[in-house]
Amino acid sequence: MPDGALPVLDVRDLKTVFKTRSGEVHAVNDVSFSLRPGELLGVVGESGSGKSVTMMSLLGLLPSPPADVRNGSVMFDDKDLLNVDAETLRKVRGGKIGFVFQDPMTSLNPVFTVGVQIMEPLRKHMGMSKKQAAARSQELLELVGIPDAKRRLGDYPHQFSGGMRQRVMIAIALACDPQVLIADEPTTALDVTIQAQILELMKELRTKLGMAVIWITHDLGVIAGIADRVMVMYGGQVVEHAPVANLFNDPQHPYTRALLKTIPTIHGERAARLTVIEGQPPIMTAPPASCPFRDRCDVAFDRCENENPQRYDLGAGHDAACFYNARTGAPRDA
Amino acid sequence: MLDSPQTPLVSVRDLKMHFPIHAGLLRRRVGEVKAVDGVSFDVMEGETLGLVGESGCGKSTCGRAVLRLYDITSGEITIDGAEIGDTSQSKLRKMRPTMQMVFQDPQASLNPRMTVEAIIKEPLDEHTKLSESEKREKVGELMDAVGLNRQFAKRYPQAFSGGQRQRIGIARALALNPKFIVCDEPIAALDVSIQAQVVNLLEDLQEQLGLTYLFISHDLSMVRHIATRVAVMYLGKIVELAPREELYAEPLHPYTRALLSAVPEPDPSLATSNERIVLQGDVPSPANPPEGCNFCTRCPSVMDICKTVEPEYFEVAPGRFTACHLYQNTNDTAD
Repeated sequence: MPDGALPVLDVRDLKTVFKTRSGEVHAVNDVSFSLRPGELLGVVGESGSGKSVTMMSLLGLLPSPPADVRNGSVMFDDKDLLNVDAETLRKVRGGKIGFVFQDPMTSLNPVFTVGVQIMEPLRKHMGMSKKQAAARSQELLELVGIPDAKRRLGDYPHQFSGGMRQRVMIAIALACDPQVLIADEPTTALDVTIQAQILELMKELRTKLGMAVIWITHDLGVIAGIADRVMVMYGGQVVEHAPVANLFNDPQHPYTRALLKTIPTIHGERAARLTVIEGQPPIMTAPPASCPFRDRCDVAFDRCENENPQRYDLGAGHDAACFYNARTGAPRDA
Repeated sequence: MLDSPQTPLVSVRDLKMHFPIHAGLLRRRVGEVKAVDGVSFDVMEGETLGLVGESGCGKSTCGRAVLRLYDITSGEITIDGAEIGDTSQSKLRKMRPTMQMVFQDPQASLNPRMTVEAIIKEPLDEHTKLSESEKREKVGELMDAVGLNRQFAKRYPQAFSGGQRQRIGIARALALNPKFIVCDEPIAALDVSIQAQVVNLLEDLQEQLGLTYLFISHDLSMVRHIATRVAVMYLGKIVELAPREELYAEPLHPYTRALLSAVPEPDPSLATSNERIVLQGDVPSPANPPEGCNFCTRCPSVMDICKTVEPEYFEVAPGRFTACHLYQNTNDTAD
């Protein structure tokens, strides 16, 4: 990973609020991260942790109302994507930033052939002729490993299996040679043997195309196998962020540590009883004035109740938003 | 606890569940989906049999067929001494209390117009002659048992989170003191941190009430945690059945091996060192399974015989069953 390289995508203090009838929901709270060229950033969190909303916000994909992106900056290509006109943003989306959604069943249009859907971004963003676009679509399908690509361009989405559809989605996202690919739970709806195929494909494509990837998932196993760096989200915030090996070998935030303990594995020791994180994830109805994890935390103390911890730099690209220093076993200095 | 000679509570022999395919203007029967195609297994008293496989392999259909939620195509099912394979649904109704089910989707399996109390009470209304106050007391006990606050009895399901809703579903299944519960992907719809809560609850209840589970799941790591023995299904058939530790330590069937190697492990060092067996292609359609072994189209160690002859499902070592030609040969020569 080129450490000194300028980030391709730099997100600062992003804040998104949903206005609902029963009040506001603070879905994303001051999320900051950067993405370096060619790296894969994993984003982990449970449902409602704000991981998808963060990515939707930075691409302006959330309908407003109810969503309101209140704050922050998203620097991409020397432009702040939160402050550009709709036309510029439209060119970035599907062009330099590709997007793969979770559900391959619902994100393709059932009444158009796969070929038409792959050609659309090529013609709109790259201004290709029909012929060029058709040739490129075939290349793309071959790139993502769909056999008999030329013939399959004329097929409709329902003629593809789930794994194949997800490959088509990836082909569409890759159509315009994106610098950044955002993949939101791209393998969650797939079976493990198909997931293994997609993960292998992703690794291969990254080395071939050299793009930076943001991979959103709730599956720590997937992250361990594929990510360079990992960002753990909880209650709309980044609670821990570290290079992948550090995160798994030396987790610092109590949530990350608990999460790693609660998942059973197929290798290694089998625990007689699963470790449980008691309680429920919070619903952020107000801007956080305290640590969102405090109620479920086993090391919480007074300060966690009264202040929301900032992200403390722990060195080696590792930071955690916690007042408790897991290394010394004592609260951090104020 | 495993050493004592065990008696099967549930015994399934050559269970088949084929669904007809109708097509054309006259809706003629043009074929059938062999969702479950000749499955045999026992579930011992007090154990948890894990049933794993990928989507479409027939594991849920199998679970439902065992409880006779379908009228099965053929086969024998014995639950707690009673043969229910061809019993009529009206007679079955009387036997329902012993066998219950916990469904995958706690959102869809609870009636949104019924209060929690009404949902848990419904089986008591149907099957017992308890008085209203006795029923209410029983509902309270059940809510305690699954860790729900009794004060929430008058609330509707939508007021609860996914994990709590699954607890309601479990309480309903427990209402009639069943012996056997089919858990169909009970944790698949839940968040990681909530899954452990529900699994621990199921384990506690099993210990307290001596329950027997058929635990259907696609989550191989969770099945390793909860199951006593594990059966692996592929395209309507069980390809391997073995005690948990043996299956995970030394999988026999090539499909089991590929399946286990495909599970992403939360350990970056393992992820790079472990050589993954990546299966090519997709699962064939159960309406048109391949000739010979069902797995022959994707099997990394496929032989000629696999494409013509269907492998027999047999006991390759004590307690270990598999259906694969790789082991059939060795067995033949050993005889």
